[in-house]
Amino acid sequence: MNPYLEIIIRSFFVENLPLSFFLGMCTFLAISKKVQSAIGLGAAVLVLMVITVPVNHLILEYLLAAGALAWIGQPDLDLTFLGLLIYIGVIAAIVQILEMFLDRFMPALYATLGIFLPLLTVNCAILGGSLFMVEREYTLGESAAYGFGAGGGFFLAVVLLAGIREKLEYANPPAGLRGLGLTFICAGLMALAFMGLGGF
Amino acid sequence: MADRKRDLLLRSIIERNPIALLVLGICSALAVTTQLETALVMSICVTLVVAFSSLTISLVRAHIPNSVRIGIQITVIATLVILVDQILKAFYFDLARQLSIYVGLIITNCIVMGRAEGFAMSNPPISSFLDGIGNGLGYGFILMTVAFFRELLGSGTLFGVEILPLTTNGGWYLRNGIMVLPVSAFFLIALIIWFLRTIDPVQQEKN
Repeated sequence: MNPYLEIIIRSFFVENLPLSFFLGMCTFLAISKKVQSAIGLGAAVLVLMVITVPVNHLILEYLLAAGALAWIGQPDLDLTFLGLLIYIGVIAAIVQILEMFLDRFMPALYATLGIFLPLLTVNCAILGGSLFMVEREYTLGESAAYGFGAGGGFFLAVVLLAGIREKLEYANPPAGLRGLGLTFICAGLMALAFMGLGGF
Repeated sequence: MADRKRDLLLRSIIERNPIALLVLGICSALAVTTQLETALVMSICVTLVVAFSSLTISLVRAHIPNSVRIGIQITVIATLVILVDQILKAFYFDLARQLSIYVGLIITNCIVMGRAEGFAMSNPPISSFLDGIGNGLGYGFILMTVAFFRELLGSGTLFGVEILPLTTNGGWYLRNGIMVLPVSAFFLIALIIWFLRTIDPVQQEKN
């Protein structure tokens, strides 16, 4: 199979960020009460992942990796230890730029995604995507495919959970389980279903 | 005064648990709980980062301009996380491999940001430090509880020491496979939340 397609499908279903790596859980649980807002959040994550993962890949390859700074006469420099700080900075910067860009050129889209974007700076799924890219040593093309697949997976999971939670509004669980507890159980059942896609 | 200090330290464990009540910091919490050892290391890392980031931010809080405070908080936190990450990689490489990206993800752990923003920005350094340790302990408490059940029922061991002899090794305990999988963490946390909210009904959500 085409390696890019394989990465997309794998990160979309099998290695789904919220359901099998628990990434982006805070927003995943907080903003899944309504399908409408879940779609907005999912789309914002998808857009951001598609941009940040390849950008962080370029930064790693041309600025941070061992020997990457040879062009300014520092062939021995290895800045990979600064990675975490730089990735989160890049993500914060991209969030800001994307917000300004959307506000200026696509006000309709900004109205949907706008409120979620600042929130995503400190979302583990976004940073996690970049860190997985580093750990698995993806190339630029693979990073883009991974960003798309992982963001799409988040979109799928959060919209599905929101659909379930809208129905749960009418349920009558034990008082201690109401709200958060029940949401966890639903997420667990969804994770179980997604695991089936991995094949055992 | 001494009471207040103790209160700062202890209230986050049950009463105001960051995971169970405030739903913060679940992201990295669940993935490292298949074994007690990784859960313990993760709890220590988070406690250290929360405590020292709260302390640092509280020390410089008067000099942080309001408009860039999030950026400054992230920089402080990221620096501490890099330190922890480098120390783990240098001295405990196997553990660092197992924790994989989750150490780096402490940066985006909402507990750390939440305490910096919600407490350290408006309180003196010592209180902030204690509050940070308390929240780290609350986080660790949930992590260790989940890890205890997952390791005991999933692999029959605690800290790698065999407690329930497995059928594969000639014992009587049939391994509960689901406990090793990520799914079980969701169910265990749900049960812990249910338990905490039953003994303390104030935390229950309104219908």
